[in-house]
Amino acid sequence: MAKKKGEVKFGEQLTVGGHLSRSVVTSGPGIFWVTVFLLVPLVWIGVVSFLTRGEVGGYGKPFTFENYTRFAGFGFFGFDLLYPQIIFRSLVLGAGTAGFCMLAALPLAFFIAGMPARYKNTALTLVLIPFWTNLLIRTYAWQIILAPESPITHLAVALGLTTAGSPLYPSAMAIYIGMVCDYLPFLVLPLYSSVEKIDWSIAEAASDLGADKLRVFWHAILPQVTPGLVAGIVLVFIPATGQFVIPDLLGGAKTVMMGNAIQQQFLQSRDWPFGSAIAFIGMGIVLVGLWVYARFSGEKGGELL
Amino acid sequence: MASEIPAIEVENLVRRFGDVEALSHVNVTIRKGEFFSLLGPSGCGKTTLLRIVGGLDMPDEGIVRIGGTDAREIPAHKRPVNTVFQSYALFPHLTVYDNIAFGLRMKKVAKPEISERVKKVMDLVEITPLGNRKPAQLSGGQKQRVALARAVVNEPQVLLLDEPLGALDLKLRKQLQVELLQLQRRLKITFIYVTHDQEEALVMSDRIAVMRAGKIEQMGEAESLYEHPHTRYVSQFLGSCNLIDGTVKRRGPKEAIVDSIVGELRVEFGQNPPAAAQRDKFTLAIRPEKVTLCRLDESAGENRVKVRVDELIYIGSETHYVLRAGEQRLTAEAMNVKVGSQGFDIGQEAIVYLPAAGLLVLDD
Repeated sequence: MAKKKGEVKFGEQLTVGGHLSRSVVTSGPGIFWVTVFLLVPLVWIGVVSFLTRGEVGGYGKPFTFENYTRFAGFGFFGFDLLYPQIIFRSLVLGAGTAGFCMLAALPLAFFIAGMPARYKNTALTLVLIPFWTNLLIRTYAWQIILAPESPITHLAVALGLTTAGSPLYPSAMAIYIGMVCDYLPFLVLPLYSSVEKIDWSIAEAASDLGADKLRVFWHAILPQVTPGLVAGIVLVFIPATGQFVIPDLLGGAKTVMMGNAIQQQFLQSRDWPFGSAIAFIGMGIVLVGLWVYARFSGEKGGELL
Repeated sequence: MASEIPAIEVENLVRRFGDVEALSHVNVTIRKGEFFSLLGPSGCGKTTLLRIVGGLDMPDEGIVRIGGTDAREIPAHKRPVNTVFQSYALFPHLTVYDNIAFGLRMKKVAKPEISERVKKVMDLVEITPLGNRKPAQLSGGQKQRVALARAVVNEPQVLLLDEPLGALDLKLRKQLQVELLQLQRRLKITFIYVTHDQEEALVMSDRIAVMRAGKIEQMGEAESLYEHPHTRYVSQFLGSCNLIDGTVKRRGPKEAIVDSIVGELRVEFGQNPPAAAQRDKFTLAIRPEKVTLCRLDESAGENRVKVRVDELIYIGSETHYVLRAGEQRLTAEAMNVKVGSQGFDIGQEAIVYLPAAGLLVLDD
């Protein structure tokens, strides 16, 4: 028996060394990128969150849990649930944005998928157009659209939704309009690619077996688009949870979101350890949430996470 | 029996896709308990007809009656018919058991009854051990059985099968043909079976409708379709046929003498002379197995034609010959019943005998 030198892959016999060098060439850049720009900063932030703030900013020893206990409410001025509230508010914003985006994206994705082939690319480009503009400019544009003298505001006045002469922002509605406008493409695109791949004969089979329209959608169509839907929801939920520019500009800058809490700690307060702790807690909650979701949604969503 | 309500009546059915008439004025009546096949090449409208009966497509004109009731007003999910789809269309996220139970759940059948009926039908199609598998874990044949079980468990009045064996290999297809036939006889459900495989249609069906370009070209029992095709198309689609053009020289009530490229031929019209028998020009058809090949010195009957063997395809139990008589190409199939050499070689001259009763007059 000849000595086995490696395994046969891609139709050729590779030695262990050949295998390794090939892996380094193909996966190396990706691994390098993730390590240097994601993993190292993340570990660093993690370490910083257990350090103490220096006299004039910066951080140093001793190691402490103080940043985390302070977050949980045991701060300088007695017990206060301010920070958990901020995190909760951000999660609500993320979930709400994901929810509204889903409601808007479902009909939109089916509509585009149902268009004649030559219009589909145009339609998808239109979905992407908001990305071509800076987030700040888009958000300021909404201030103009929702200003007291804009046609939309006049319409709202006519419908009795607001009083004449007052703008439609700052309000929760304005925040969500801005958020949905910003994050919709993240949900539409993966959902659309799922919708395109729907096997309609399965919907016909459901109908043939006695399912009415609603149940055909629920039992035969929704399960087929679940992978795209879950991917899109995750893509919207995570960045939306950290968003603070839109709530500031369209919500009147009265409420602190997780994003500005972290930003404030790092910039204004120069308290990097505490800022790191908030960032880590927020990230941990989101990850745990996704993990729980993956566990309970079974293999449908699980394979995506 | 004569007054029994047919399972399916289709009257003057028209379905257009843009400018194309996928179905143009189709009329069919399918009896209860019948195994009825729609046979034709792809694009002939057979699947469209099936989908309209199943309620998955709507006709532009015409009436479909299911058990005597006008079905146009009944949406797909309320029709007493079920479909076995060509692609199986199993629910990928459900187990085999849940796939089969789907129809009963939609009808809100009580749970114990569902479990009883699903188990029974799984036994019937022999997939009992597969209950917890997902469709992705099944072979083609197993998927086919699940698709069949999922339809049959609902006890439909009519089962629509859209090329259900089309994706399977030949051996499995033959085996499942027999099983399907047995199942149909046992359940006594009316089957409408769409296929483009002529042999499958001949083997399984009580009656066959041969379709072409949205119309039913000929309809009847397997034997009558094979032995008495009315048109070139049917004669070529079901098996193969030699076609010989000729001019009528003399005509009697039951026979005619035809002048053709291979010489003078006597043609017997049989029991029911076709309308085409009154024409002056005939297109004659004869099945290759009815063409008898003889040695030059053998004395055979009438309609003798001298031929040369152009090609010879030996397939064991029989030999297929491609023959030439002047401009006319003829094929003959002979059972190899003799012991030893069958005695014809390429290039050899021989005599064929075209039995007068085997020559058919076609409509076109």
